[in-house]
Amino acid sequence: MAKLIELKHLKKYFPTSKGALHAVDDVTFDIEEGTTMGVVGESGCGKSTLGRTIIHLHESTDGQIFYRGKDITQVSKSEMSELRHKMQIIFQDPNSSLNPRMTVEDTIREPMKLSKRFSRAEIDDRVNELMHRVGIDRRMRQAYPHELDGGRRQRVGIARALAMDPEFIVCDEPVSALDVSIQAQILNLLQDLQRDHHLTYMFVTHDMSVVRHLSDNICVMYLGQVVEICEAKEIFRRPLHPYTQVLLSAIPSTDLNDQRERIITKGELSSPINPKPGCRFAARCAYACEKCMQPQQLAEVEPGHHVACCRIHELNQ
Amino acid sequence: MENANQKSGRLLSVQNLSVQYEANNEVVKAVNGVSFDLNYGEALGLVGETGAGKTTIAKAILRILPDPPAKLTGGKILLDGENLLDVPADKMPEIRGQRISMVFQDPMTALNPVKRVGWQIAEGIRLHEHCSKAEANERAKEILKLVGISEDRFREYPHQFSGGMKQRVVIAIALACNPDLLIADEPTSALDVTIQAQVLEMMGELQKAKNSALILITHDFGVVAKSCDKVGVVYAGEIIEFGTIRQVFEEPKHPYTKGLFEAIPSMSLDVDRLSPIRGLPPDPTNLPSGCKFAPRCKYRTERCRQAVDEHDFGDGHRCRCCMYSEEHGEGGK
Repeated sequence: MAKLIELKHLKKYFPTSKGALHAVDDVTFDIEEGTTMGVVGESGCGKSTLGRTIIHLHESTDGQIFYRGKDITQVSKSEMSELRHKMQIIFQDPNSSLNPRMTVEDTIREPMKLSKRFSRAEIDDRVNELMHRVGIDRRMRQAYPHELDGGRRQRVGIARALAMDPEFIVCDEPVSALDVSIQAQILNLLQDLQRDHHLTYMFVTHDMSVVRHLSDNICVMYLGQVVEICEAKEIFRRPLHPYTQVLLSAIPSTDLNDQRERIITKGELSSPINPKPGCRFAARCAYACEKCMQPQQLAEVEPGHHVACCRIHELNQ
Repeated sequence: MENANQKSGRLLSVQNLSVQYEANNEVVKAVNGVSFDLNYGEALGLVGETGAGKTTIAKAILRILPDPPAKLTGGKILLDGENLLDVPADKMPEIRGQRISMVFQDPMTALNPVKRVGWQIAEGIRLHEHCSKAEANERAKEILKLVGISEDRFREYPHQFSGGMKQRVVIAIALACNPDLLIADEPTSALDVTIQAQVLEMMGELQKAKNSALILITHDFGVVAKSCDKVGVVYAGEIIEFGTIRQVFEEPKHPYTKGLFEAIPSMSLDVDRLSPIRGLPPDPTNLPSGCKFAPRCKYRTERCRQAVDEHDFGDGHRCRCCMYSEEHGEGGK
């Protein structure tokens, strides 16, 4: 399979009055065509910023983003507008990501109208087709977002993202605002769309069971950095980084016979503004030692399993 | 106060509670005949989706529902045998905060931004225990330590705390007067999982230590499994299934409960496709007659549209579904 997205030392810093906020700090990984990369982590770890930087909603500070082998960090405006069709995003909160004064139909029509690629008749056909595809009844065409429930609103957001036949979609917590019974409907829809349109997803979420269900590969982030990345099932079978272990053990399971030991960490996330050079999890890590004050490198510990921890070999013997 | 550890037996008994909101010529039936009992030292989880009526049940117990639009249309809330609905409104403040207290969902809005957190914790103690300011502050510092915050931060303001810390402060306020019953409304939904684990662990320890009762409102089955003894599944203002954690999680009886478990992606099993519950929750201004879940249920029969029975499986496990009544014969699976 070909690589659709390649990130090389991607950085995104935000200037603040106290110094640079390292939202995304030296992230390197690939996403293969037709697969789903799950990006997990807690709030403030930079996972949403990473998604938005890849599709150029944020300008990257440093590093490179390759799309089908082409560096897209330095492209002209016209090339960028072409790329925008290929890369779309589905937002977390369908309440605030839809224009309250636009009908369902207008919302889905907007990107096609702006692109000037389709005739009016074509656009009308496509709107109907898209609504059918995401499961919104035709009677809802003239409805405004406030008349729809959360699940339907998210379906409109998905239809809008699909309007330009994208290849790559960043799903930024698309089901976090939904109840479980509705969440399952939307997850099934996203899976069907991926299969039928050969889409590549980057699925950003804090919900480990959702990401496990949907992803081919998973990348765990902590304070702007990737701490572990590997095949999805493997990370649940054998989490290697101390933070991944903490994260997985903290999830309350519905399985009563689950005998996993709960690891409760002390403390909270430190500030991402001007962070110290070493491992960012060290302050909360039970295994931290002096070596952890040095910068950590993501290294392949087992085939396809990358971990950024200097003590990984001693810890997982 | 007397030694809390010696208390035992029934603390709270909610019987046939009904609440509706009346506005704009519409009647929203938010809570429809909810009954449950809770003993000292027990933790009850109320789970359900948005709009199921969980928070309304909690606020009805504390009698903090705004009237209008809310109307308590029936039922009893017995706290140690005394019906709270008969208590005159001006006597309720003696019960709130002292015997029953509540942790609200969003720690960011539950705290007063212009008062120091220490003052906010001590406020309840000053009001209820009629002690001196210094004494109240002393007790508040102890409670702050109990929830894992250093007393150096006693004089700080809410904005100086992180989300997890703020939720600890809110819990400290609720626990300040050693209430017999703590109602926690989605106490960890705004928090990250590692912080959620810390807060749940702390709440569980304090509840066991004080032998108080806990009602935990959440939409997260995992949180209930970890922190509660009993669980009530709320749908369209009714408790459609009630039992111990083991009963409900290992042998769910109601088609809705079963459906929810199937809709949650598993952490251990691999499934290609999830099985969502079809349709949407009913409109509370226009609830179906008979079983409220019938329009979405795959086992429904004609009978479900007319009436619904509550079936008791013995040992406290009960479920509101016709499937288990005698006329229906064998029942579901």
